[in-house]
Amino acid sequence: MADTNLYALILALAAAVATGLIGGFALMKRMTLAGDAMSHIALPGLGLAILWNVQPVLGAAAALALGALLIWKIEKRADLATETTIGVIFSASLAIGALITPSEDIIEALFGGAEPVSIITLAIYLLLAAAVIIFVWKERSRLIISLFNRDLATVTGVNISRLNLSYLLAFATTLVLGLRFLGALLVGALIIIPAAISRQFTHTLEKFLAGSAIASALSVAAGFWIAATFGLDTGPTIVSVAAGLFFLSLLKKKA
Amino acid sequence: MPKILTVRDLSVSLENQDVIKNVNFDLEPGESLAVVGPNGSGKTVLLKTLLGLYPYQGTIAWGTKVRLGYVPQKIDADRHLPINLQNLLEAKADIQKLSRKQLDATIEAVGLLPESLKTPIGHLSGGQFQKALIAFALLGDPNVILFDEPTASLDELSEEHVYDLLNDLRKTRGISIILVSHDVSLIPHIANTVLCLNKTAVCYGPPKEVLTQAMFEKLYSPSHKHVHHAHVHHAHDHNLYG
Repeated sequence: MADTNLYALILALAAAVATGLIGGFALMKRMTLAGDAMSHIALPGLGLAILWNVQPVLGAAAALALGALLIWKIEKRADLATETTIGVIFSASLAIGALITPSEDIIEALFGGAEPVSIITLAIYLLLAAAVIIFVWKERSRLIISLFNRDLATVTGVNISRLNLSYLLAFATTLVLGLRFLGALLVGALIIIPAAISRQFTHTLEKFLAGSAIASALSVAAGFWIAATFGLDTGPTIVSVAAGLFFLSLLKKKA
Repeated sequence: MPKILTVRDLSVSLENQDVIKNVNFDLEPGESLAVVGPNGSGKTVLLKTLLGLYPYQGTIAWGTKVRLGYVPQKIDADRHLPINLQNLLEAKADIQKLSRKQLDATIEAVGLLPESLKTPIGHLSGGQFQKALIAFALLGDPNVILFDEPTASLDELSEEHVYDLLNDLRKTRGISIILVSHDVSLIPHIANTVLCLNKTAVCYGPPKEVLTQAMFEKLYSPSHKHVHHAHVHHAHDHNLYG
């Protein structure tokens, strides 16, 4: 049991670093609210997987991957802002998810649970986290230039459409990583809040991204410890800690 | 010597509106072509079409071994982005597999100060920002640079610096330039060919020959609605710069 708790913590910390990095770029792309909403796309997938007796995370991953593709397509066709597009899909997903998820499972689907983590699950999640971190590292230059100006990025040789799709898929993977312990309603918070905390402290890109990953990992570690000590639910505790750190960060001046 | 660029019968329609119609021109190595015209005449669209950013009809044939640099019209950089010029230059160098030496040489050529490199891009002054864009375009050793209103938001002193830099680039590196400008008075000093654009090419030739009072009135007159064919005009009575 001690091992599975440790695995759960390692899994959560790996997910935290990935969400911190992806969240840093989400904040710069001004899609943090979209990130929060996008996590809800997982809900119908979770509901269907539970109904069909399949691993819930597989259902969530499939729904998020489909959601990412759909958002990418709609963005290209209608030329709408990412947040508007995701907002429409989010509302529909939440409604459908609430309709099909069995009522006894809905709370865990929305707020996460504390299921034991096996070594195989841990290995898969660590691979997913590594994939997200490698994506950010490899694509950082393309992401940076496209954030500054899309035309300049295209002239420099960046395929904006392909980059957007890759980013949305990395974003979806990050959400899958956090779903297990935060649930569909709270996982978006771990993408928004750590990046927002880090932004209070720094003007430089390197420190901002590192700070976002650190704030995320710190929230997870402290949240796990507080939840275990006081017998609280892990997901809501982690998000409360992150929110607390954010309000504290508002008192700080940028370095 | 082979041409850098050949444009034939170029037409661009955006959202079912003709923005550019049947434009023809060439660019020779080391040539500086200024594109002038009133607001909404299609200057920026022309530049972006040449860069492959808009769909078009007709021919845009770039010569072989052309390396393009692009300085866009004033960008309203997001003041909240924690990205500085160093990040941007390093990102471009990374994508185009350029060496540290090339990066440092560009920074030196444009005369960028270390503090400008470290300042978040949205916090740079107008002059510094324009230099930053030029540095970004120069990185990668382009042999053609497309400038869209490079001095639109600058004071006179900074404007002079930018034009000195353009002339210097042309003379020392033999770079060909396509320049969109609203400031017709400076054109003879920085361009050896002018394309007057108002959806179609209203004039095309050396500045001293085509930028006449008559052409100026024709190009900017409110009554001027459509010109259906490209014309090449020669020296007229009131040459503005003669």
